[in-house]
Amino acid sequence: MYNKSVELIVGLFMIAGLLALIFLALQVSGLSLDSQKDSYKVYAQFDDLGGLSVRGKVSMAGVPIGRVSEISLDKQTYTALVEMEIYADVDSLTADSVASIQTSGLLGDKYVSISVGADEENLQDGDTIFDTQSALNLEKLIGAFASGQADF
Amino acid sequence: MVKAIQKLGRSGLDYISTFGRSGVFLLRGVFGLSFSAKGLQLLIKQLYQVGVLSLIIIIVSGMFIGMVLGLQGYSILVDYGSEQAVGQMVALTLVRELGPVVTALLFAGRAGSALTAEIGLMKATEQLSSLEMMGVDPMRRIVAPRLWAGFISLPILAIIFSAVGIMGGMLISVDWLGVYDGAFWSNMQSAVEFESDILNGVIKAVVFGVVVTWIAVFQGYDLIPTSEGISNATTKTVVYSSLAVLGLDFLLTAVMFGGL
Repeated sequence: MYNKSVELIVGLFMIAGLLALIFLALQVSGLSLDSQKDSYKVYAQFDDLGGLSVRGKVSMAGVPIGRVSEISLDKQTYTALVEMEIYADVDSLTADSVASIQTSGLLGDKYVSISVGADEENLQDGDTIFDTQSALNLEKLIGAFASGQADF
Repeated sequence: MVKAIQKLGRSGLDYISTFGRSGVFLLRGVFGLSFSAKGLQLLIKQLYQVGVLSLIIIIVSGMFIGMVLGLQGYSILVDYGSEQAVGQMVALTLVRELGPVVTALLFAGRAGSALTAEIGLMKATEQLSSLEMMGVDPMRRIVAPRLWAGFISLPILAIIFSAVGIMGGMLISVDWLGVYDGAFWSNMQSAVEFESDILNGVIKAVVFGVVVTWIAVFQGYDLIPTSEGISNATTKTVVYSSLAVLGLDFLLTAVMFGGL
């Protein structure tokens, strides 16, 4: 019963398993081979994250330029401190850039959108973005509108 | 009254000693694999028997389960106008849960019962004792290749099951129901993480492979050598491994995804 063709078929079986794993890795989980992209860290403080989570997208003009790597509470100011990893090839963010938390679609994920200012200096590794806009809080907005305190 | 208590104690001790015997059996089998040319030939033959011959049932059921997930997911999600999310639903369900679990259940029925019956018949016809008589260790010659073949095959089968299932889900939702395929894949890719979803699914499959093969081979090796004993042991293999797979799946899911 044992012959070379059994070895061949078992080899093909193993290769099929490997190919399936590669398919799962590349096509299904979107693991890119150069996932160890160089990046630098930028910090920002927000009054209200409104559901932003770690691994969230950081984008500029809708193009992903990094991801949220850590979220913690700043105990001095009682604001949320967000650590973002920005890809190293995006090295021309001005120091007065604005970071705002946006929602993709009406009910989609929260992400950080960065828009540039006009400063001559660029953000370096470890810098903090001072100009931030918190997430739009629908409940607060509706509450303010319903009680007639809306100032817009 | 005393008799009943004695009987209870006896059966309890029997269970515990069977469990201990199976542990010793697993260790001897796992370390009994020889890496000589002959030993590897035995392993490859078992890989063919256990793995390759299970491939058809795995591919067909994976295809159909993926297609059903695509249909069900679409018909629910289309109400919310988010039918693009069907990709991530199909992929996460398959990779995290259905891939390893359904593969392990099918494997227990297809390969596990065959292993039990084969080894059981060897024992009933005293082939195992005659091997020992000839100075061949049945642990090395019979048990070790079968254990290792199961350990290796089940993760591979589970990966193939998930991949085929995702293709099936794509076939239904993209080609048949008209979900935009760019959104299908990009939603899937942003939802599925390689380490936390795919690798955890493979770890599950490895655990199930060890448990199912262990139960199947041990039930065959330890049965009462009669025709009734063989049929009992084959039934026990399927029942015990299905229960073990489902129970362990809950535990593993709680540890991996439940934030324990």
